[in-house]
Amino acid sequence: MERINGRRFDELRPIKIEAGVLNRADGSCYIEWGLNKIYAAVYGPKEVLPRHLEQKDRAILRCRYNMAPFSVEERKRPGPDRRAVEIGKVMQGALEPAILMHYYPKSMIEISVEVVQANAGTRCAGITAASIALADAGIPMRDLVPSCAAGKVNGEIVLDLAKEEDNEGEADMPVAIIPRLDQITLLQMDGKLTEEELEKAIKLAMTGCREVYKLQIDALKRKYAGAEYE
Amino acid sequence: MQVLNMSEILPLVKKQYLVNLAREGKREDGRGLDEYRPIKVQVKLVDKAEGSAFVSLGGTKVLAGIKTDVGEPYSDTPNEGVMITGAELIPMASPEFEAGPPREDAVELARVVDRGIRESQALDTKALCVKEGELVRLVFVDLHILDYDGNLIDACGIAAMAALASSKMPVLEEDGTLTEEYTDLPIRDLAVPCTFVKLEDVLLLDPALDEEKALDSRITVATDQEGHICAMQKGDIGGFSLDEIMWAVKLSKAKGQEIRTMIKEALP
Repeated sequence: MERINGRRFDELRPIKIEAGVLNRADGSCYIEWGLNKIYAAVYGPKEVLPRHLEQKDRAILRCRYNMAPFSVEERKRPGPDRRAVEIGKVMQGALEPAILMHYYPKSMIEISVEVVQANAGTRCAGITAASIALADAGIPMRDLVPSCAAGKVNGEIVLDLAKEEDNEGEADMPVAIIPRLDQITLLQMDGKLTEEELEKAIKLAMTGCREVYKLQIDALKRKYAGAEYE
Repeated sequence: MQVLNMSEILPLVKKQYLVNLAREGKREDGRGLDEYRPIKVQVKLVDKAEGSAFVSLGGTKVLAGIKTDVGEPYSDTPNEGVMITGAELIPMASPEFEAGPPREDAVELARVVDRGIRESQALDTKALCVKEGELVRLVFVDLHILDYDGNLIDACGIAAMAALASSKMPVLEEDGTLTEEYTDLPIRDLAVPCTFVKLEDVLLLDPALDEEKALDSRITVATDQEGHICAMQKGDIGGFSLDEIMWAVKLSKAKGQEIRTMIKEALP
């Protein structure tokens, strides 16, 4: 089957990751994933505001996902809509299991993901970048969290759907994993799949995640390996 | 670690108790790990609404109401009607719920319920188009939570589907004016969500309140009549293995059919 840009069924779009791109944030990352362009920033651990959210035995994690008004075809009204609120929540669920939250009682870690150009798969790219930003901020983690979607287009299970494929496709399923624990921490799906197709798609997405994982490690190495000798 | 006070210790103690039970295949209310609490579905309770349904799931009670209107389609789907789902966690339902605009939990609830119905194409939105690009029917699904005793997603999913399937909307003239006649909403499937929580290493279907409070992670699988999976959502913190997910998917297909039968029996 021919895919847009001639990709194989299990081929990711080109991905470029750069760690530590913002000055003020404690940790940051810029990712280009196909035509997606996304920044992620981490602040913290810091004081919890509002105070009533404070947990005595661990940190809390807050995630904000936002799309710039100019990031999509038709101007998007500024500020988070219902979709953005939900994505923020599932991003938190995807990332938090990897963070050693109990190292920082009574504190808060804040993640911001800003999509400046969108082309399907922004939550996966956002989670991938946010996890790099957490590492860049020096926050102790069990592992990085790579993310990648699989779906069904023209009757076939394929990896990492681009915008056109998502629009015409029969199903899309973003997945994130913690590779060292072999745990799936993000899983959403919309469309129609049989049980067999679903299992195949999850497996394919997990393989994609492991490829993204390598790129994450490379990006951190580029930033930090041998840094003290420069 | 900091010293915890009593209100923080109790849930931890309770959690260990629930986990120990679950590892023996038992639950506090005597159910099996793969069983729902008793489900009751009633439709047509609110005359002013085009459709409505009351669902109780154990101690959880929700009311879904349908209103329709006419308006413009979205620009990317000019030949389809519009379905809008909202959920309100009103203060009546729990001491933890506060008045005000929907927060994260309510937004996620509404969007997960919406996704199951939308992706299964249970509501035939193309049949809700009056004039392409100009005039379509708008269908509002509003979920009112009356009593929160765990697993709002499934209670709301069942209520929304039953309410839609029992709805009558006014017939339109060619020019878009409403007539006195009424017709059924174009329903061609019944989507049903099934929600599981994970307590440490055990999966439980249909979490009761304490099980939900103790959860490590949550997953919802919505299926249609033919056993397709049409929507999924992993919620909260924590993760699942592939095997756990596939177990939940298999069970959701079977339970979905049972609940579909219940909804059909409740319809007039």
